[in-house]
Amino acid sequence: MTDDRSSRRAADGSSSRAAVGDAYRDADADLDTRPAAPVATRSPDEHGDVTVDRVALAEELAGAGITSAGHQATSDAAEYAMRLGDDALVLAQWLGMWISRAPELEEDVALGNIALDLIGHARSLLHYAGTATGRSEDDLAYWRDEPEWRNAWLFEQPNGDFAHTIARQLAASVYWFELYDALARSTDPTLAAIAAKSVKEVDYHRDHAVQWVLRLAGGTDESRRRMILAITDTWPYVDELFVDDELVERLAAEGVAVLPSTLRPAFEAAIDAVFAEAELERPTGRTAFIASGGGRQGRHTEHLGPLLAEMQVLARQHPGASW
Amino acid sequence: MTSPADLGVVENEAAQALFDDLIAKDSRIEPRDWMPDAYRKTLIRQISQHAHSEIIGMQPESNWITRAPSLKRKAILMAKVQDEAGHGLYLYSAAQTLGISREEMMQQLIDGRARYSSIFNYPTPTWADMGAIGWLVDGAAICNQVPLCRASYGPYGRAMVRICKEESFHQRQGFEILLELMQGNEAQREMAQDAVNRWYWPALMMFGPPDDESPNSAQSMAWNIKRFSNDDLRQRFVGMLVPQAEVLGVTLPDPNLKWNEAEQRYDMSEIDWNEFHEVLSGRGPANAERMRRRREAHEEGAWVREAAAEYARKQAERELAASGAVA
Repeated sequence: MTDDRSSRRAADGSSSRAAVGDAYRDADADLDTRPAAPVATRSPDEHGDVTVDRVALAEELAGAGITSAGHQATSDAAEYAMRLGDDALVLAQWLGMWISRAPELEEDVALGNIALDLIGHARSLLHYAGTATGRSEDDLAYWRDEPEWRNAWLFEQPNGDFAHTIARQLAASVYWFELYDALARSTDPTLAAIAAKSVKEVDYHRDHAVQWVLRLAGGTDESRRRMILAITDTWPYVDELFVDDELVERLAAEGVAVLPSTLRPAFEAAIDAVFAEAELERPTGRTAFIASGGGRQGRHTEHLGPLLAEMQVLARQHPGASW
Repeated sequence: MTSPADLGVVENEAAQALFDDLIAKDSRIEPRDWMPDAYRKTLIRQISQHAHSEIIGMQPESNWITRAPSLKRKAILMAKVQDEAGHGLYLYSAAQTLGISREEMMQQLIDGRARYSSIFNYPTPTWADMGAIGWLVDGAAICNQVPLCRASYGPYGRAMVRICKEESFHQRQGFEILLELMQGNEAQREMAQDAVNRWYWPALMMFGPPDDESPNSAQSMAWNIKRFSNDDLRQRFVGMLVPQAEVLGVTLPDPNLKWNEAEQRYDMSEIDWNEFHEVLSGRGPANAERMRRRREAHEEGAWVREAAAEYARKQAERELAASGAVA
């Protein structure tokens, strides 16, 4: 996954270079960066010289090559891609708020990495969704109002304390892993390409969440108390992820989408294994009034509005502007 | 007869001679080599300040992650701020090789006993600040830091090589943000020029006081930690900015800035050193806010760090018990 990320960054960097052109000179070009020459009394630096070479460029958006080759999403596939894209973008927006506020530096980096991966997924999915109606990823991200968003409620729940963020990460990443693993075999080549790339990344996100659930549940009394509370608060939002409706049933019949209900057994098995090791119990009984799967129809909790208002504020101050 | 104490002196003298020889040959000092206490202290101070600057420097930019005006910009900005956390990590590790722990350095920062670059005490009210920070602040940092890749202390020099590669990308993305704004609508152009106006002088201050008022410079240059004087680096930086400002179409906010052919340097207005000292002594626009945020993150995360440590301890205990049972 490190390679994926460096290549994505390299892709971003290269595009900025192309835009700037020859007029722009590298700031470090005229400063000498050569390491000091080894001298006779001392062997050449045993640690070796460190260089960071640019890796091969990856396509900036997964599946974009396929769509630019003329594959336009059907209106059903676009709606489906928008659901998945909104899930990823809304969670990325929350996770981005941890950067510079995490409990330790390693977590600033890790949560930042995860958010960055999710923005990548969201961009690919929204780009594809937009092909059905001639809209760009940014049209969809910045110019839709709350009732037009299709994310499930789990993803719009606030960060809370670190335990709540981890509980949300656990449910989200275990769900995504099962989803993308299956969706990589979609008959829709764009969705299959996006899923095949994303599944490798959410595999790491899942590992990150599991490790923290074990640490927090098995750490101090205080961390265990917080972890149990976070699981209790988060679990009511899990059911919605597995609700089937007419759209996914139509798409699943064509092999385009994965029927959410079919993912549940694998999800439960993975969660049970983690909870067994962490000595946690799966909360039962309480659900978040989500049996109807409100998020997929544009009905949301109170948390989405302010989140979108913040995300969209600058773009909406300058309609038509390019950034 | 030679007493043990005398032997110690002789050994020290030999070690000092070896150290001096390595410095004279412009070679590298490594963590297990003998080094003078003052050299060690200077490096701990400089490297930890540098690490703190990376960490505090995340704040003014993370301020715009949630509001970045396109998804591509959001991704690039997030990657950049995350790089800064990574730089902090390499630098704390480099400082740790000198015998100080990360906790100790972090505590010095939280307690206000350690410094970080004053530039991060300026606020980021507009999106164009993301461009100006990349172009001017990261640009100044590169001019300062590229020579540090050859610093005599090995771990510091090596950390700087990697950091400089990434900083160069950061500067480019800042330039590109400003270029896009300058090619945009009237409001965007005004936003870009306003940000350049606000960041230009603080960026010039990043090179530190003029050479004749820089107390630590001479010793650091003798030790091959510092390679160029503050004023020389400032000149290089301005020399780099002038043609880039022309490409951007922004005006550098100094009416007296012009090339002096006779002296082969730029003439410029006097820097407001009063402002520099005000911000340095904690009276800048965002000093209190930066410290508060860092302190809160540290304190609110304490229970998480304690949990991780306790879990690791229990795991080690279990493994020990398991291996004991097998034996």
